[in-house]
Amino acid sequence: MPLSTQSQGDDEQYVLVANLDNARNLSNILKAITFKDHAIFTATTNGLKVTVEDSKCLQANAFIQAEIFQEFTIREDLVAFQINLTVLLDCLNIFGGTTTPGVSTALRMCYKGYGYPLTLFLEEGGVVTVCKINTQEPEEPIDFEFCSTNVTNKVILQSESLKEAFSELDMTSEVLQITMSPSQPYFRLSTFGNAGNAHYDYSKDSDMMELFKCTETQTNRYKMSLLKPSTKALALSCKVSVRTDNRGFLSLQYLVRNDDGQICFVEYYCCPDEEVEEN
Amino acid sequence: MKFRGKIIDIACLNHFTRVVTTISKLTKMCVLRLTPDNLFFVLSGKVANGGVSMWCELSQANFFDEYQMEGVSSEDNEICLEVTPENLSRALKTVQNAKAVKVKLTKKHCPCLTIAAELPTLSSVSRVVTHDVPVDVIPRRLWHEFKEPSMPDFDVSIYLPPLKTMKNIVDRMKNLSNFLVIEANLNGEMNLKIETDLVSVTTHFRDLGNPPWGDDASQDGGPSQSRDPESMVEARVDIRRLQQFLVGQQVNPSKAMCNIVHQSVLHLILLHEDMSLQYFIPAVA
Repeated sequence: MPLSTQSQGDDEQYVLVANLDNARNLSNILKAITFKDHAIFTATTNGLKVTVEDSKCLQANAFIQAEIFQEFTIREDLVAFQINLTVLLDCLNIFGGTTTPGVSTALRMCYKGYGYPLTLFLEEGGVVTVCKINTQEPEEPIDFEFCSTNVTNKVILQSESLKEAFSELDMTSEVLQITMSPSQPYFRLSTFGNAGNAHYDYSKDSDMMELFKCTETQTNRYKMSLLKPSTKALALSCKVSVRTDNRGFLSLQYLVRNDDGQICFVEYYCCPDEEVEEN
Repeated sequence: MKFRGKIIDIACLNHFTRVVTTISKLTKMCVLRLTPDNLFFVLSGKVANGGVSMWCELSQANFFDEYQMEGVSSEDNEICLEVTPENLSRALKTVQNAKAVKVKLTKKHCPCLTIAAELPTLSSVSRVVTHDVPVDVIPRRLWHEFKEPSMPDFDVSIYLPPLKTMKNIVDRMKNLSNFLVIEANLNGEMNLKIETDLVSVTTHFRDLGNPPWGDDASQDGGPSQSRDPESMVEARVDIRRLQQFLVGQQVNPSKAMCNIVHQSVLHLILLHEDMSLQYFIPAVA
């Protein structure tokens, strides 16, 4: 049954209905934050935010604005639930991950409210799959209290340049050290692994550097295991902004273009590694 | 016991290799039955393979230019061999561009199916390649285990959706559940369903069509129970068995269908130009 002929009566029981002609516009961006099984979905009239956290030190958020959807109807100010993200991705990709060009999976996502499963209607080539995924009570996402007024250093880079560095990162290093400074080395990524110490430097005058605003020299270390998943977001993005605040908290923001060229954002927040000796 | 066959046509060699490769994806070991007219690859349903059984039938004339066999005796004019199809497949793959391929039953240090071929080389001298694939001769007293399965008294017979589509869906469902319910009716509708504590997923196929052998397959000519075309029959199967069947299919068959005996067995039938394949997956509670 074509998704568009769902009776209007059905819709009234749902607090959230979201339609996409191309399910990949949701599934691809969710892949950028799938490093844990569970995610918190928060929907407002602005759109959808999906949050994944790790050991209270890392938080990843994917934002899909209401405009990305062909239809986005929400009957409450805020709709939130927790759901198994791996299961959700398997369902969104039920017809197979890679599809022939011109063929896409249409999605209709419906939620009746607290205690109800998330219902997905997926259609491709006349075949319809209905998925009902159980939801749980949403946990409150951590507020990292990261605000622009406390940002000490900020750079915006074209993702191309960072992709190579991240793919080569020495994974035997327990930490990734980020140095940002108004003077040399400007922006440096460092690792300390079995093979020795490695540094990746990005000059403020580099073509890849779109914005460079560093007010003080800061060196912070972050657990490699926490930041590794951000590589997926980096791979999908065309630009990334790196910011640190006066506490050494890290904010990575990725600009991602979907299949239709529309823009979505993914951000990662990370706490600095506590066992750092101040140089 | 004697067997020797020769394949000259490159398309026949190609098809034969593909058939053997398909079989190798379905089972590690099986029985090869050779009769004057046919070759059969047989797997009898045992607990060890989850009760799954298979019957693949090839007409020798479709593949071999020369085919001579002498069975165990004149009344039992056939040969039964236990073989690892992957070994056969690997051997056949290496001789794909030969002018002729000979297959012979031989006795080396043990009974073998010997694949021999002359391969062209850049020089005038051809290269001869021989593969000895070990086989086990199955004694006559065990032949009854490898007879052609009878058509089950099915409740619904229906054409399958495109195998690639089915495979994609079953692959994903396998991530979510160990068991899958396949249900179908006489209205050409089929559903694949999985259900666990976390999630339930149902895929609906429509307008598949039902093969014209009537809605009652009972051989005894009893009164045909007119089944309500909308009512579904189902079989709950181990999803890995269904996935294994789908993974093995390299070529689109001319006809693909399945028969379902309600809560008992899923009988899959693939008909290709030159071979037929039947696969039985028992239903689980």
